[in-house]
Amino acid sequence: MEYFLELFLGGLTRGSIYALIALGYTMVYGIIELINFAHGEIYMIGAFTALIFASVFTLLGFNDLSILLLASLAAVTWASAYGYTIEKLAYKPLRKAPRLSALISAIGMSIFLQNYVLLAQTSDFLPFPRLIPHFSFMDPIVHVIGSAELVILITTAVVMIALTLLIKFTKLGKAMRATAQDRDMALLSGVNINKVISFTFIIGSFTAAVGGVLIASHIGMINFYIGFIAGIKAFTAAVLGGIGSVPGAVLGGMVLGWTESFATGYVSSDYEDVFAFSLLVLILIFRPEGILGRSTTQKV
Amino acid sequence: MESILEVTGLTMDFGGLRALDHLDLDVKKGEIAALIGPNGAGKTTFFNCITGIYNPTGGDIIIRPPKGQGRKERINGIKPNHVTERGMARTFQNIRLFQNMSVLENVMIGRHCRTRTGVAGAMLRFRSTIEEEQAMVDYSYAIIEKIGLARFVNDLAKNLPYGAQRRLEIARAMATDPFLLLLDEPAAGMNPQETRELDGLINKIRDEENIAILLIEHDMKLVMSLSDRIFVMDYGRKIAQGGPDEIKRDPTVIKAYLGEDPDA
Amino acid sequence: MLSFAEIRRSVLVSAWFMFLTFPVMVIRVNPIEEVVEWRWRNLIMVGAGSFLISFVWRYLIARKERGKKAAEAGRAGGPPLARRAAVHAGFHKPLMGALAVFVLIFPFLFSTYQVNIMATALIYVMLGLGLNIVIGLAGLLDLGYVAFYAVGAYAYALLNHHFGLGFWAVLPIGAVMGATFGILLGFPVLRLRGDYLAIVTLGFGEIIRLVLENWNDFSFGPSGIANIDRPGFFGVEMSLEAATNYVYYLLIGLVLMTIFFVNRLQNSRIGRAWIALREDEIACQAMGIDKTKTKLTAFALGATWAGMAGVVFAAKTTFINPASFTFLESAIILSIVVLGGMGSIPGVIVGALVLILLPEYLRAFSDYRMLLFGAILVIMMVFRPEGLIAGARRVYEFKGKKETSDTADGIHT
Repeated sequence: MEYFLELFLGGLTRGSIYALIALGYTMVYGIIELINFAHGEIYMIGAFTALIFASVFTLLGFNDLSILLLASLAAVTWASAYGYTIEKLAYKPLRKAPRLSALISAIGMSIFLQNYVLLAQTSDFLPFPRLIPHFSFMDPIVHVIGSAELVILITTAVVMIALTLLIKFTKLGKAMRATAQDRDMALLSGVNINKVISFTFIIGSFTAAVGGVLIASHIGMINFYIGFIAGIKAFTAAVLGGIGSVPGAVLGGMVLGWTESFATGYVSSDYEDVFAFSLLVLILIFRPEGILGRSTTQKV
Repeated sequence: MESILEVTGLTMDFGGLRALDHLDLDVKKGEIAALIGPNGAGKTTFFNCITGIYNPTGGDIIIRPPKGQGRKERINGIKPNHVTERGMARTFQNIRLFQNMSVLENVMIGRHCRTRTGVAGAMLRFRSTIEEEQAMVDYSYAIIEKIGLARFVNDLAKNLPYGAQRRLEIARAMATDPFLLLLDEPAAGMNPQETRELDGLINKIRDEENIAILLIEHDMKLVMSLSDRIFVMDYGRKIAQGGPDEIKRDPTVIKAYLGEDPDA
Repeated sequence: MLSFAEIRRSVLVSAWFMFLTFPVMVIRVNPIEEVVEWRWRNLIMVGAGSFLISFVWRYLIARKERGKKAAEAGRAGGPPLARRAAVHAGFHKPLMGALAVFVLIFPFLFSTYQVNIMATALIYVMLGLGLNIVIGLAGLLDLGYVAFYAVGAYAYALLNHHFGLGFWAVLPIGAVMGATFGILLGFPVLRLRGDYLAIVTLGFGEIIRLVLENWNDFSFGPSGIANIDRPGFFGVEMSLEAATNYVYYLLIGLVLMTIFFVNRLQNSRIGRAWIALREDEIACQAMGIDKTKTKLTAFALGATWAGMAGVVFAAKTTFINPASFTFLESAIILSIVVLGGMGSIPGVIVGALVLILLPEYLRAFSDYRMLLFGAILVIMMVFRPEGLIAGARRVYEFKGKKETSDTADGIHT
């Protein structure tokens, strides 16, 4: 039972991170129907930025809490800036092009960013500082759930709620939903499409960077390649829940997190990634609209 | 005259929305029939149902191909390519040509379901492959000439003037050897001159090729001059049917078009 | 003409990129020794570089927009000069002749090392042409293409290891295995929409690689299989040099065969159906084409070539392991097709030679190889989606006109 609980919570933590990254996929897909292949790289760059600034601030002698805050701030700032720039360079010129063109461009961007970080930084794994402090009140249950996991779960919940509120109640959220429904109609109704799309990328990158900082300080290691696998898994989560849906991304993240956690815990840890990929293949074949998505009829 | 297409009680629901409501329609051998109605009446949905793009919720679609062109069959829910194989070919309201293929190639695609060459034939080019290919070119070119596109034969479809693109859609559909041609707004976006030519062309297809035609059209002048019979739709229902003169005088039709108050 | 506004824009772009790349490009930390390295020179380079590139970028965007408008206004000109020259027989024949001679005497002009590199490039030509069927002609973005390459390579390696089967026996087996896997994997996924198909094929590719890596009893795991036999030539013993040259000629033969068949395919009933499918799926079905069958044919044929290329690869390197079949390999093949021109045989050949030989001969490039590949995918899609050499088939060989189509010449190309 204890083992089960451990796996359950492990899956929940893992799933939260997938959910945070999946949000970026799902929102971008909802709006411009593009699988933003470079999204995983944004997450990776977020983690690297946090690592770089945390190291600098440590050397400057800042205290732990201010390092955590400043490094996270830097991570989300730069990740958002990358997200914004990538859209302008690689996707905006292709809005009217066939969908596969934009997808190929996205794959190119992903490979480019991976190698950019590889060349400018290093190909080695770097130890990531434990930014999340240890809470003493967690001591009695620390063998079940540690401080880092708790922070991850709470942060994910807060981000989800904030995002849902943003989409439901703000003017920007309304514009986003309108653009997702019908881009031309939204344009005619005076929605600034470029701005909405940029914002979507910024928000998606922001949440990916949050996920990046959390997971990196949880696992304690990063390299230039972490974005690729995490990206595909988060995409799996987004599809699983129903791409385009925010609650779907969360649900999909959790389902994927538990699947991996239980499968590696009870079956075999050698095939960890195989489980995720198999789940992706199966869901796309049998229920491409996802758990919460609705099937759509093709327009003729 | 026997009907070659007989649709009875055709119903199509999208979620809670009923796009087609127990629609009855038939096309007789050698006739030009028209389907008209205000925007959103469900005309294109009707085409999509009978050509296999949608699977209708209820009703029957029965084809009775003329002698030697197949047998009587209920074709609800079969795939679009099977509908075409059985002898009903269509055009699209929003032109859907193969943009980066030449005019000739577009028409040759229409011959696909009447030819056999497989992968082995394509790679090894047997004598039969070469003959079939040559026959395909000749057949397609003949259609292109008939439809009046001969001077564009090697141009890419996307570089054609608008009116010519619409005609190419017709040529492509004709290449599939249909007994019934379904034209979705063939005159949309054409200038009066082009529309007049289209009128002649459609009559020619019926008279010379023995192909029956069912067309959706908004240009009333064209509809009235071409059609033997007209079906009028509104809100997914058939509200009238008859010859052009009957339809012109039908009060329900006038009301549907002018949007008169029902009480007035 | 450089206006003040233009310069100001570029200055802003440059400032933005200096900000953007600041953490990654300027700061490098060594967490173990706890030192921070500040590389300010990089900042200046990024600033200057992005300042200059922004002009080029804007110029190219503007040119593309103008081109689009010109095309819309119906002022599409004739084929470009390069193609007219290439098509013109008087120019064409001597050029091809010279090329053929060069290809034949290549091993005598250059060292074994060079011949080996060229052989590698030729494998990529084969892979590119195979993937071109799937992506370029049928418009199916297959990101797991490398899986079929792996199937071929492992088919030969394992059959050779366990049963001692030779190269020539396994080459057709590899092709059949590739096709079989293509059909098995393709069948469930080919009804998916384009972008989902891309992701599923990527998933399949990764699954196959991970299985090869972990299933030690079957595939010998990450350590791979060594001492695979080189291709035999009627049992003649060959020196390393002779063997390399032999593989080279063999690949030339296979590439010629590939070109021959792909060319015939793309101008056939099947090939036209592929292109029609790429252009418009719904119209394609409405014209009586079986979508699933047509897609499956393209997928399986593409996989067939990957299977064959895999067999040759295993025989050439005599050692294979799962690391040769990562997603990046698929991405390289994709770059080849995209750079050269989707649907264009000469384009893909040029693409493969440029992308594989350039990093080998310009050492400076080799570090930046993958960076370059990524950039190529983006830049080509944004500025020149038709590739370096646009699909030559767009000008159809049939004259169509009665007077020429009556001669049997209309068909032989």
